[in-house]
Amino acid sequence: MALKSETYTIRSSDDVVRVRQIARAWASEIKLSLVDQTKLVTATSELARNTLEHGGGGAMTAEMVENGIRRGIKLTFTDQGPGIANLELALQDGYTTGNGMGLGLSGSKRLVNEFDIKSEPGLGTTVTIVRWK
Amino acid sequence: MDRIPILKVGDCLLVTIQVDMHDELAMSLQEDLTMQIAKHASRGVLIDISSLEIVDSFIGRMLANIAAMSRVLDAQTVVTGMQPAVAITLVELGMSLPGIRTALNVERGMELLREFIGRDAEAEDVDGAEE
Repeated sequence: MALKSETYTIRSSDDVVRVRQIARAWASEIKLSLVDQTKLVTATSELARNTLEHGGGGAMTAEMVENGIRRGIKLTFTDQGPGIANLELALQDGYTTGNGMGLGLSGSKRLVNEFDIKSEPGLGTTVTIVRWK
Repeated sequence: MDRIPILKVGDCLLVTIQVDMHDELAMSLQEDLTMQIAKHASRGVLIDISSLEIVDSFIGRMLANIAAMSRVLDAQTVVTGMQPAVAITLVELGMSLPGIRTALNVERGMELLREFIGRDAEAEDVDGAEE
């Protein structure tokens, strides 16, 4: 059950900056430690850039979630882009389709507590991450 | 602001990144810096990132590129002031910035650059004597 939820579009690199700031504000609202805030914001940056560059734009839904007494921030990135044909390969360190270092997906997975990716070639990609307090 | 200012201090260039950069801004900094190195024949580049709240793989790559391009143009790069939380996150992300020299603050960074530039000059003198 989400305590609050909000969706933001990602259409330009300014939007990537904006969703980073939103992730920071929400993380600080549930009083994540500075290191955990930094991890969540960094993962947000990687995933929002993927949404923009590989997905051709999309959206981020931010949710404040609760699990018993724990609170967390759940972020869902969706696009209707070309999708990822081989998820296993895409999640490997150093695998890149273009000009990056191939750390976007594999790296952000290490920065959060929960990571889920669904992708359908031709239909798009959805990545969900959660960082718990 | 559409450009990050680059200050010339003697034979070094000084950049302080104080804004949450969008990707194009990072790309333009890369280009501007290489142009300035060539224009002023700079020997050192100091990039202070103490105001940066995150360094993701894109910014990390930009820093690595700047260091590599500077080296090719005969200049040394030092990155200073990385926040501890940023360092922890960056390493966990999988980037340890190999090939980039770092210092805790601008003062130490400038000392480091002075050392490199001095050492290079000495090495050149020795080379010259042999010829």
